[in-house]
Amino acid sequence: MSTPSYLVDTGPRKGVAAWLTTTDHKRIGLLYLLAMTIFFFGAVGIGVVMRLVQLTVFQKLVTAQTYNALFTLHGVVMVFLFVIPGLSAVFGNFFLPILIGANDVSFPRLNLASWYFFIAGALLAVTALFTGGGPPDTGWSFYAPFSIKTGTNVSLAVFAAFVLGFSSMLTGINFITTTHRLRAPGMTWFRMPLFCWGVYATAWVQILATPIIAITLVLVILERVFGIGIFDPAKGGDPLLYQHLFWIYSHPAVYIMILPAMGAISEIMPTFAKRTIFGYKAIALSSIAIAGVGSLVWAHHMFTSGMSEFANMIFALLTMIVAVPSAIKVFNWVSTLYKGAIDFQPPLLFALTFIFLFSIGGLTGVMQGALAVNVHVHDTYFIVGHFHYVMFGGTGFGFFAALLYWFPKMFGKMYSKKAIYASWFPMFVGFNLLYFSMLILGLMGMPRRYFHHLPQFDTLHVVATVGSWFLVLGLLMFFGTLLRALFKGGQAEDNPWGGVTLEWTLASPPIQENFEAIPTITHGPYHFEKEGQG
Amino acid sequence: MSDPATAIVHPGYGTFIKVWVALLALTGLLVTLSHFGQTTAVWGLLILTPLKAGLVFYFFMHLRYEGPLLKGVVLITLGTLLIFFALLFADVAFR
Repeated sequence: MSTPSYLVDTGPRKGVAAWLTTTDHKRIGLLYLLAMTIFFFGAVGIGVVMRLVQLTVFQKLVTAQTYNALFTLHGVVMVFLFVIPGLSAVFGNFFLPILIGANDVSFPRLNLASWYFFIAGALLAVTALFTGGGPPDTGWSFYAPFSIKTGTNVSLAVFAAFVLGFSSMLTGINFITTTHRLRAPGMTWFRMPLFCWGVYATAWVQILATPIIAITLVLVILERVFGIGIFDPAKGGDPLLYQHLFWIYSHPAVYIMILPAMGAISEIMPTFAKRTIFGYKAIALSSIAIAGVGSLVWAHHMFTSGMSEFANMIFALLTMIVAVPSAIKVFNWVSTLYKGAIDFQPPLLFALTFIFLFSIGGLTGVMQGALAVNVHVHDTYFIVGHFHYVMFGGTGFGFFAALLYWFPKMFGKMYSKKAIYASWFPMFVGFNLLYFSMLILGLMGMPRRYFHHLPQFDTLHVVATVGSWFLVLGLLMFFGTLLRALFKGGQAEDNPWGGVTLEWTLASPPIQENFEAIPTITHGPYHFEKEGQG
Repeated sequence: MSDPATAIVHPGYGTFIKVWVALLALTGLLVTLSHFGQTTAVWGLLILTPLKAGLVFYFFMHLRYEGPLLKGVVLITLGTLLIFFALLFADVAFR
């Protein structure tokens, strides 16, 4: 009798109870996926309303104070509840153990506890909207001294972020331990698939940087409740210290968001080029380099804050350096396609979209790393555009690419490829209408976070808002297609893409505990040569 | 149990008491230094607090009896913290 799939309840509990008490890493990955998708669409809805407010006819849709709350909420939900857990929580949980030949993560119960911390933090964040002084209006960065003085419910909101931090740290500990201790025999470090390197590097940032934001947020609460003065100049404190502490975490958090996406792209490119990845070690080590150097560039968010000129120069230099490992990855992904037997499928389309959009995001980031340009574009829509090119164009499209790539394996169902291609078009066009307009608006001088705008910015705001409609249409088509596949899709093959990493040796969906017998690894992860495909 | 990483070592109570006394003495020294002005107090904190934390890590949290991997992880963490400090001072010291 064969072992049942992980989707079948075989324990004493059935249905929802079985899912809520599961310690199976694959099920926990799906729990994250479900929760994050709900949060994602909630935040998308808020984003659409924010865009509508910028149209003249909808100017009175919300008050200025509500607008402040909306952009705060949009940022908090997207950042803390979608992109930070992101690919690591969903695909890291599901595929890290499988890709290294393990039955589960090192601490399965801790893994489930991490999900509960995540949900608890999310519930606290929602509670913060309806209690105390109402939704926070500080922006997702909670900058002091405003966050100390505002009457809105900042204390509970930052406590929610504090709890979410525990989820992130515990997941990081789990993934590092799993990678060190549970690799199958023969799975040396440089035989690990590159997604594992991405998740591993991310986990280190999660462990090292998250405690700093946790302490910082506790200090904000202490300031608000006891007025201890650590960020208050009147009491000998320093408001810039808050910015330092916030960005010491929150800039590396950008790499927490993007590194697993880069790992997923590194899986997709060789599979659809049918050849080994170009520069495996360079990509693997650049993940570590991005995690390392990326942790040292935080103050480029503060060039106009009154920080010392010496520090400005140091951080500008470090910012330029961190672009190098990112560029190495982009070069190697593109080079992987060269002389490959390219099989153009939906995951590859989204992976190529990731590379294109992330490159725009990355290059506009390098522009801001230059001090003189930064002074000009600081706190303008240029920053908003850049940020969304990296976070949505990068992590978002990386997430979609990974979902398309691994969906047949995760659920054992295949989606309609035509419908996915059809969804890509409005997403891609809408995305660029929306965010490229923001880049231009920023260069023209449109400040971010303003409730209304001057007449000279009207046209581009209309273009951006129309773009947001296309984007949402594409998103609905995309997720609608996957939902339809989930319930009415045909059975997926075990290896629909011709992949050669370990997950494609398993059934679709995989069995409980993944492997009947732990495999022995004898070669690197992208070994197409044996089938004569290299 | 020949593997030093997995061998269970029980340091005597005497060791713990000596470390505790050392921690008390360092706390007393910190309090004393705080009476000699802000600069002395800050330098005292910067030097003595890591020393105290180190003693706690090393003896009470059994770092002394761990294998090289765990020691390495702790060193990476402390190294990261030191770099953060250095970069923070690149701002504060030249403002």
